[in-house]
Amino acid sequence: MRTQWSPSAAPVTPLSPLHPDDRHPCALGPMDPLRRSPSPCTSRPPSPRTPPCEMLGHVGIEAVLEQLKIKAMKMGFEFNIMVVGQSGLGKSTMVNTLFKSKMWKSTLPGLGVPMPQTLQLQSVTHIIEENSVKLKLTVTDTPGFGDQINNDKCWDPILGYINGQYERYLQEEILITRQRHIPDTRVHCCVYFVPPTGHCLRPLDIEFLQRLCRTVNVVPVIARADSLTIEEREAFRRRIQHDLRAHCIEVYPQKCFDEDISDRILNSKIRDRIPFAVVGADQEHLVNGRCVLGRKTKWGIIEVENMAHCEFPLLRDLLIRSHLQDLKDITHNVHYENYRVFRLNQSHALPRGPGWVNLAPAPADLTATPGPWKVRWQAHDSSDEEC
Amino acid sequence: MHISLTSLTKIDETSLKMSKQQPAQFINPETPGYVGFANLPNQVHRKSVKKGFEFTLMVVGESGLGKSTLINSLFLTDLYPERIIPGAAEKIERTVQIEASTVEIEERGVKLRLTVVDTPGYGDAINCRDCFKTIISYIDEQFERYLHDESGLNRRHIIDNRVHCCFYFISPFGHGLKPLDVAFMKAIHNKVNIVPVIAKADTLTLKERERLKKRILDEIEEHNIKIYHLPDAESDEDEDFKEQTRLLKASIPFSVVGSNQLIEAKGKKVRGRLYPWGVVEVENPEHNDFLKLRTMLITHMQDLQEVTQDLHYENFRSERLKRGGRKVENEDMNKDQILLEKEAELRRMQEMIARMQAQMQMQMQGGDGDSGVHGHHV
Repeated sequence: MRTQWSPSAAPVTPLSPLHPDDRHPCALGPMDPLRRSPSPCTSRPPSPRTPPCEMLGHVGIEAVLEQLKIKAMKMGFEFNIMVVGQSGLGKSTMVNTLFKSKMWKSTLPGLGVPMPQTLQLQSVTHIIEENSVKLKLTVTDTPGFGDQINNDKCWDPILGYINGQYERYLQEEILITRQRHIPDTRVHCCVYFVPPTGHCLRPLDIEFLQRLCRTVNVVPVIARADSLTIEEREAFRRRIQHDLRAHCIEVYPQKCFDEDISDRILNSKIRDRIPFAVVGADQEHLVNGRCVLGRKTKWGIIEVENMAHCEFPLLRDLLIRSHLQDLKDITHNVHYENYRVFRLNQSHALPRGPGWVNLAPAPADLTATPGPWKVRWQAHDSSDEEC
Repeated sequence: MHISLTSLTKIDETSLKMSKQQPAQFINPETPGYVGFANLPNQVHRKSVKKGFEFTLMVVGESGLGKSTLINSLFLTDLYPERIIPGAAEKIERTVQIEASTVEIEERGVKLRLTVVDTPGYGDAINCRDCFKTIISYIDEQFERYLHDESGLNRRHIIDNRVHCCFYFISPFGHGLKPLDVAFMKAIHNKVNIVPVIAKADTLTLKERERLKKRILDEIEEHNIKIYHLPDAESDEDEDFKEQTRLLKASIPFSVVGSNQLIEAKGKKVRGRLYPWGVVEVENPEHNDFLKLRTMLITHMQDLQEVTQDLHYENFRSERLKRGGRKVENEDMNKDQILLEKEAELRRMQEMIARMQAQMQMQMQGGDGDSGVHGHHV
């Protein structure tokens, strides 16, 4: 029996002493650390339900929650987010607005550096602290995406980067003596910025989303939504949802990972509003005596945190306040496991026992999503030799 | 709030005044020194009004930038009544198409036959390298047709479908011109008058707009793109006109917002867009440059036609006629050359066959001789 050991930040596996085959979903709310993680396989037969035992008095089991919290606060949290979209859609500003800090020096329109000829990925890491909770936040930007005349295969560097991070984690994980806490650089969430044309998704968007949804959690948003009126926004949203369904693109929160009814209700509400129409701003203005983040124009001030103006609060709540842990769980238990299975199958080396380490070298082309792969004869020979 | 088409005819206010001052020119021809050709502008005016005007406007830009809305707002009509926006699946297979719609607008007796050429599918595909070939071949085709008509026998009713002006829509979301914008403008700046327009200007604050305009102008200069330049006001025009021209020139590229919806704002009905945070008025010069764009189009429609005729069409014509002559020669020469080459090859092959045959014959004879010799020996 394989327990899921996830060394990243908050502990995920329930440590119930009575039932080794853990199957009790704790309905404690969206942020509780004891929530069972979805299994990587599509379906495992549920274990026979163990009957609950009546307690004769107060024992103090709930103190374990406190211990988990203290441990988590000591270790700190890690979160890796990637922002993808054409230049000028407000990605850097959005990141600054989300985390209310100058993560990035946002480039103002008209003053941007000349567009890079090829797609380059840039990562920046910061540690931000709030109420003694530390978050190590890594933001990866993708300048040059979709800006060229020929945008064919512009998603390859991005896929390569994501798979590269999985590979790095995998290599750490299969070491004989591995670190207690493996640094987690895997991308937990990819925010995709859709330009506000008001019509429908473009062929580039469709191609990109199709490929990436199988590898990472993708949250599409309608960028620069202050160019659309409320009716146009709704119509655009419906059309995008229709396009996503028509092309079988599963964006976060994915329907198949809803665990119980409360999750499904909560996530359905979110799914109804995806993609969120967001506006980013990192300048403050005075409105009715309050200092708010917003954009000041001749005809009014667009408040970023006002639900009547844009849906930025929904995005922030999803990414940070309610689903941050869930994003990490799904990355670790689903996407990473898929990658791991694909790599192990590829090298014909399922683990043969403790200490087995040999793994075929990663293919030079890390852009392939798990699928049938050619046999690598070298790995085969060396593994025979080891035997 | 109507378009003043009457300013299309190049009539000086002054000459009108002059002719008005002397209504009795026919009655009293004895006025010394007066000949009467000051009446000519009137005659031109009458003839032009009778003939009507033709103008072809092409709009190019990525989908979703508000091109159709802007055209409808500019001409206060609905040029696309049965428009269906295609879904994502259709967009994937589509290539650039050319759609021309013609309307006849009449105002105060002056007729305008306006053709708007739309280019759906531009910039949509993942690989946009071929998306401007269709557009360029359309422009060339119109020039070709006009050249053909002009060189024909009956030249009375030539329909002028040449593209007089191209509005190029630049996305306000970028940091300036995209590589596709630069490539396209460089490909057509010698064929048509380009007027760059910043679309959906209500996403930009005032500062952002100024920065973007400056950046676009810098990039246009950097890449040597020839956009349409408004002619300077003549020195004998009045101050208002000069000031207006100066303002127009300073605002290029125009940042516009289009809308045909009537919104109630500050007690009166205006055309605009209603947002939760305010109303963007289309015809408010503080909000956007729509009025300036409209003024430019109307007051310079004649100039745009002239530049198309005198510059772009003449360039095309001279290129075409030069090329037309040489092209035929080349083909003939090529054909002759090919024929000669083929004949030479045939001869060579024949020689080779003859040589091989001779060799074989010699070998056989030699062999026979040998065997004969052997035979003799034996």
